[in-house]
Amino acid sequence: MSLVEVAVFLGLALLWRTAAGGRARGWFLLGLSVLAIFWLQPATALRGMDTWLPLAALGLAVLSWVATVDPAGRCWRDQLPALALVLGLTLGLGLLRFVPLPDWLGAHRPPPLGQIAAGIGLLALVVLLAARLPGRVARAGALTLLLVLFVLLKYPPLTAWVSGGLRLLTEQPVHLASALDLRWLGFSYLAFRLIHTIRDRQAGRLHTFSLQEYLVYLFFFPAYTAGPIDRLERFVSDLRAPLGSLKGDLEKALPRLLSGLARKFVLADALALVALSPTLAAQIQAPGWLWLGLVAYSFQIYLDFSGYTDLAIGLGLLAGIRLPENFNRPYSKPNLIQFWNNWHITLTQWFRAYFFNPLTRWLKRRLPRLPQALVVFSLQTATMILIGLWHGIALNFVLWGLWHAFGLFINNRWNEQVKPRLPDLSARAGLNRAVTVFSTLLTFIYVSLGWLWFLLPDAGQAGRVLLGLFGWGG
Amino acid sequence: MEKRNSLNWARALAKGILLFAALNLLLAAIGPFEAPFGIYNWLVPGRARFPYGENPAAAYNLSLYDLGAMFASHELDGAGVPGSEFRVLILGDSSIWGSLLRPEETLSGQLNALHLLCSGKPARFYNLGYPTLSLAKDLMILREGMRYQPDLILWPLTLESFPRGRQLESPLAANNTARLGALARDYNLPLTLDSLTPPSFWQRTLIARRRPAADWLRLQLYGFAWAATGIDQDDSQTFQPAARDLEDDLSFHDWQPPALPLDQMAFELLSAGRAAAGGTPLILINEPILVSQGQNSNVRYNFYYPRWAYDQYRAALAQTCQANGWTCLDAWDRVPQEHFTNTAIHLDAVGERLFAEFIYENALAGSCQKP
Repeated sequence: MSLVEVAVFLGLALLWRTAAGGRARGWFLLGLSVLAIFWLQPATALRGMDTWLPLAALGLAVLSWVATVDPAGRCWRDQLPALALVLGLTLGLGLLRFVPLPDWLGAHRPPPLGQIAAGIGLLALVVLLAARLPGRVARAGALTLLLVLFVLLKYPPLTAWVSGGLRLLTEQPVHLASALDLRWLGFSYLAFRLIHTIRDRQAGRLHTFSLQEYLVYLFFFPAYTAGPIDRLERFVSDLRAPLGSLKGDLEKALPRLLSGLARKFVLADALALVALSPTLAAQIQAPGWLWLGLVAYSFQIYLDFSGYTDLAIGLGLLAGIRLPENFNRPYSKPNLIQFWNNWHITLTQWFRAYFFNPLTRWLKRRLPRLPQALVVFSLQTATMILIGLWHGIALNFVLWGLWHAFGLFINNRWNEQVKPRLPDLSARAGLNRAVTVFSTLLTFIYVSLGWLWFLLPDAGQAGRVLLGLFGWGG
Repeated sequence: MEKRNSLNWARALAKGILLFAALNLLLAAIGPFEAPFGIYNWLVPGRARFPYGENPAAAYNLSLYDLGAMFASHELDGAGVPGSEFRVLILGDSSIWGSLLRPEETLSGQLNALHLLCSGKPARFYNLGYPTLSLAKDLMILREGMRYQPDLILWPLTLESFPRGRQLESPLAANNTARLGALARDYNLPLTLDSLTPPSFWQRTLIARRRPAADWLRLQLYGFAWAATGIDQDDSQTFQPAARDLEDDLSFHDWQPPALPLDQMAFELLSAGRAAAGGTPLILINEPILVSQGQNSNVRYNFYYPRWAYDQYRAALAQTCQANGWTCLDAWDRVPQEHFTNTAIHLDAVGERLFAEFIYENALAGSCQKP
């Protein structure tokens, strides 16, 4: 979100709270969120994609709702107002084709209304077909579709290939096809939320929610682009609860908004000018400057992301939604396990819930004699590689995942095998504090070195910089 | 507890707004302010030339018009005590600043590479060039540079810097009206400053000056990348070589032959510069230009200059120097055309070396020795 976008959302939320007294919350949030996903979607070189991608997100959402609700509770007549609002807004946005927009509203120029209507018709057909399928088939189908889309969007050569196909279909120059043509803003987080609801429904843990509630949860404008990843039931309990007083909500929201603005737009954006980048990494020779750039990057990425989270939580509070925390001073933690318990918390909880824990149970059931150390290592490795791949299907993200998996394994073995044999330092406060400071510093350095694999797409360059940081290599 | 927190928040907000408003009014009342401080020369090395750049992300450098901040970021500001070195300031335009050149390839870099000993002290040449063509801008920098007590000033110049009408076209000059006004007053210069209105009360507030403040901050932050890489110019840029084949066009600005209107050339700025330098020796140098041998080169030397205008300018400059007893050098044809890059005055590294050697042989050899 840019400053303008934050200001617009803040202004609209305050206007709704003051002028409308916070009434019709679900409808206000649904309307604003639907508008937001079209507004926030960046324009791409592929014509019309800034309309088609948000429209596809809406289609995916309705399809997943169909797959997750109990057919008995799927009363279409009750969902008509939500559908009408979404369709009305989508078609209404199509009329912007004929209106010159100010720059701050973006350079959007929707496709012709007929094309948008045809696109909606196609999505409706897919949804109606899915609604006729048995629930488990529809859910399996939706999950498969999400995974296929994920691979298509996260593996740049494949994304460029898909873009080439779309360009061919729409008679645009194929040789200009690029992965950037399909920058689908918020898809990753949308996919997490969708998978969460589908998997919980498969496990029989999910109740039925109205389409309006489901869509507000998926597209809630403060959290749509960068999380936090809430859980549907928790989110809806807030949505159904009566709004608190504006004064009380403002008191809670204001510090978070100020913190977010300062972190993101002052500190992180300033650090970005100092932080290591692929270009800088190729230009710097001296280890000292490399370290400075790396540490600056570590803080930049943290302040940027936690700043966004603060803004999302602050805006959420004004809407009466208490979004979960995503960061809890991760760089002050004395070991890697604690770091990951406090860094991008909702992401790690998601992976724990939908990958690590189920896989652990499966492994224990299938291979009960497998050594504990091997189980831990293989599960952590698989989880961390998957988290790496979530950022993009590329070697550097795999190496970043492996780096952390290795660190977590060592941390785990230390806790299990070495730490119990060491003398108890709790009675010696000074020494204990010194050890904590040392281990915190060590953890920070390890995490920072890991960022090399993250920020440098060329794994070879990352390796060279890693050596260069210690004065090795030429 | 809740009530106390809410009270604190309201009071903190009110206090913050009040303090911010007070700071704005205070700054506006004080007048135009500069930021002659920063992280350079203590946390990171000073820059070898003034901040200037259109692509900060690649150049780790950017243009700003706060002369105080520009000097504060320059290595000259961190130079040792005057007298510990033979300090030479070099003024000038983009050819002296060094477009398309790394700092060590510029004229000052090449002169420093000669490792001269002048009057028994190691000579240190400081690049005070700035990429716009305006003698008024040079004079403004010279006056500020005198704070650093130089032993010698070199002032390379070219005809394009002389037309009186373009003295204030340099953004650096246009954004420093107070300094220019002082120059005009002190040296009785006919600078028409009417078109440049001094900043109003509201334009002097922090809110109105948020862009210069942000530029200052960015300059400080880019100091780390400058220090780490030594890069202060986008080194990936490619260029279109300056035209060698020229139009059959006799005009120079709006003037036609036969006579260059010398009364519209700002020669008085040279006198002001001489006066600003006080007792410090100042050498005026007519800098090298591209002498084309292409089509219509019998009419024009290059894209900038028709032969008739440039020849008259050279003669006038020589006459002015002679009449005033100034030390002047004419290096106009000292660099072969193959050593010019994207304009008729921008040299490549070899061209700058030839220019440096010319200056050494013609101006410095008498008092300076090579090791």
